[in-house]
Amino acid sequence: MIKRLIVAAFAAFFALPATATIEIDEVTSPGGISAWLVEDSSIPFVALEFWFVGGATLDAPAARGATYMMMGLLEEGAGDLNAQDYAAAVEGLAASFSFDSYRDAVVVSARMLTQNRDAAADLLRAAITTPRFDQDAIERVRGQVLAIIQSDARDPEEIAAATFNALAYGDHPYAFSQEGTAETVTGLTLDDIVAAHGAALTRDRVIVGAAGDISAAELGQLIDHILGDLPQTAPPRPDPADFALRGGITVVDFPSPQSVAYFGHEGIDRDDPDFFAAFVLNQILGGGGFRSRLMGEVREKRGLTYGIGSFLSLADLSPGLLGQFSSSNDLVGQAIDVVKEQWADLATNGVTQEERDAAIRYMTGEYPLRFDGNATIAGILAAMQSDDIPVDYVTNRNAYVEAVTLEDLRRVAARLLRPDDLHFVVVGQPQGLSPGN
Amino acid sequence: MLNRLALALGLTLTPIMAQAAGDVVEFFLDNGMQVVVITDDRAPAVTHMVWYRVGAADELPGQSGIAHFVEHLMFKATDDIASGEFSAVVEANGGSDNAFTSWDYTGYFQRIAADRLGLMMQMEADRMRDIIFDPVEVATERSVILEERAQRTDSSAGALFNEQMRAALFLNHPYGVPIIGWRHEMEALSRDDAQAFHDVWYHPNNAILIVAGDVTAEEVRALAEEHYGPIPASPSLPPRARPTEPPHIANRRVSFTDERVANPYVSIQMLAPVREPGDQAEAAALVILAELLGGGGQTSLLARRLQVEEERSLFAAAYYDSTSFDPSGFSLVNVPVPGLPLEEAEADLWRIIDDFLSEGIDTAHFARIKFQIAASEIYEEDSTQGLARRWGMELTTGLGLADIESWPEILAAVTPEDVMDAARRLLTDPVHVTGHLMRPAAATAEISQ
Repeated sequence: MIKRLIVAAFAAFFALPATATIEIDEVTSPGGISAWLVEDSSIPFVALEFWFVGGATLDAPAARGATYMMMGLLEEGAGDLNAQDYAAAVEGLAASFSFDSYRDAVVVSARMLTQNRDAAADLLRAAITTPRFDQDAIERVRGQVLAIIQSDARDPEEIAAATFNALAYGDHPYAFSQEGTAETVTGLTLDDIVAAHGAALTRDRVIVGAAGDISAAELGQLIDHILGDLPQTAPPRPDPADFALRGGITVVDFPSPQSVAYFGHEGIDRDDPDFFAAFVLNQILGGGGFRSRLMGEVREKRGLTYGIGSFLSLADLSPGLLGQFSSSNDLVGQAIDVVKEQWADLATNGVTQEERDAAIRYMTGEYPLRFDGNATIAGILAAMQSDDIPVDYVTNRNAYVEAVTLEDLRRVAARLLRPDDLHFVVVGQPQGLSPGN
Repeated sequence: MLNRLALALGLTLTPIMAQAAGDVVEFFLDNGMQVVVITDDRAPAVTHMVWYRVGAADELPGQSGIAHFVEHLMFKATDDIASGEFSAVVEANGGSDNAFTSWDYTGYFQRIAADRLGLMMQMEADRMRDIIFDPVEVATERSVILEERAQRTDSSAGALFNEQMRAALFLNHPYGVPIIGWRHEMEALSRDDAQAFHDVWYHPNNAILIVAGDVTAEEVRALAEEHYGPIPASPSLPPRARPTEPPHIANRRVSFTDERVANPYVSIQMLAPVREPGDQAEAAALVILAELLGGGGQTSLLARRLQVEEERSLFAAAYYDSTSFDPSGFSLVNVPVPGLPLEEAEADLWRIIDDFLSEGIDTAHFARIKFQIAASEIYEEDSTQGLARRWGMELTTGLGLADIESWPEILAAVTPEDVMDAARRLLTDPVHVTGHLMRPAAATAEISQ
């Protein structure tokens, strides 16, 4: 059987990757808002994604957490419906809306059945443009946010990421958790919430992705209806963040048999000429799946962790190359050494031809498989626009990946991977680790 | 906001699911392997899954965690491929792969371009019988599962509490034993234990092949006959006869204190019937009962009364596990506002239940839930992978094609009277387990950064 298997695998390696079959329409609404649409009427609903760039970084220092809490309040009453009546109305249409906050954007995702789309759109419009911010809802959501903050303060993964950001970003908004602190959240007023609403949700910062059972003309009218009354312009975004963290280890004592390690250093801009090379490099270093250097060396060969990965953070104001894993307190020091060795090895020696080829086969083969559902596609369309990439990227993207050469990878590894700058925040009670720097 | 809080507490809300039958074809190979094909040509991809009708509840006493350990070891060498090569070939073909273990099933899946389906079957069929349990690999991988337990369970007060609650709820059935295993037994799991478990259960007549995506039933049949067809059936596949529960006659209490607890809460759990082949009406009524009492969002009775009207709770919900091989659990959770004692939070849950039993159902709420269930058939079609996974879960918990296809109709036929009858049977003076997850009384200093 072995021969047959190898032949089959060999043949499959050289088969052409499947190609993405979606067609993206660039739609401009009568009111001038642009949107990307993949129309597909096979299932009678539409998925919509509205990304408003800016996000929690727009919070004033004294009102940290305002944007996060404001987004939580959008579903707590709007127009002439209080929180209970609003929730019942959405339920009654079997629509689903989610209102999420991130560092660089707030996101509204919606699914609406074709059979009652207009009524669902009325409800979504009300949440986005005329939320009530009733006092009882504010107090209820404030209680929930405070519980989340308390929970995060006892969650080693949350502590690790928060500590890393606090060390790296000084006074920049990136240094702070978007939920705010117990103190700032306790002090948030109705005025703070209203101000956050006016700043975060504006027409000039909106990106729209749509997929499903809707025509371009219908979509244009729908988004004008939903967004029509929002303010036109948003306040300026913060300046890019300086990454102040240098190499070393920071230990945060936490009562747990296992330590969480969150690590990284500066990354690479999305529009850097070497971005695609860095993208492939990260796939080899610690991208998804079991085949990365880090998974192979730390988990598969040594059993030091259940999972380890690295990722290119494309945070708008400070890109990073970050990673995370958990190891028992007596093993985490050894695991950190292995990570540093891999970092140094790739920086010095680059990757092998085999690693390059395997990563590119994976990345080009996997890409067209992503476009497999309305909700997924709507999200991808919004993400593409947020990255300022054109519609034809869907067709050309695999060619960009395939164009990355071994030499590109060697160059970008030497430039990007700096083992001496790698900082580890370790949350737990690690043995034999001395906090450096 | 509620969902984010539930996530932070490890209490996720379960969406209502009543998947559409869609375009589904079922057949059997001559060796007894069941095959289900779900066709969806929206993307040029397939999900290829093999599910075994074996899980953690089928383990021998003293070997907790072996089902999950074998799942990990299935990615090592066979007589044909090297350790790790399985995933390497999948990734080199642009696919992704993984596996999962529950009390009732163990599943393996790959998602990949549709024209690589034969290769996936070839490799999956190979490891069904020809996996090699190498002592060195076994030792390394045992470290990995111990790290997995440390990460997922030992590092989380909520996960440890859930583990204790299940152990208390099930007096005799192995549903009370954690899937990952008890640490002291995991440390002793051997190569021979893995080999023996695999020898008993990993056969085509104990497996279900599910292929979902851009492929026809005829194509799947031809490939399945080529790759899985030659594997002989096991003549000695044991029945899945687990120890069963005696009558529950005594209430039990679990008190767990951990300094990592941020938001103390109370949980009340009791045994409940599940979907049975040819008999799903009671489970359907309980699904709707759980929605009415404490399903998603703030319109459920518990959330409306305790969170919104009385402002005594941060989060209150009900959970019901309808799809399980043996009877499983119905549970209520209440995270009180800071300062409210857990005793009061516990009494609040019973008070709302009593009110429900005496006041009955809000018919408008009932109608909304029924409409959502109908709509979920439309939304579920958007994720073929999700459909495939649901079919696998339903088939491995003992349901048949007819049961699965009739489930939406059975849910649709439930009346308010059915729900009240089921509620009275379940919730009138039930024997139950009450759990309190607490912080130490002398609160330790804030964990700071």
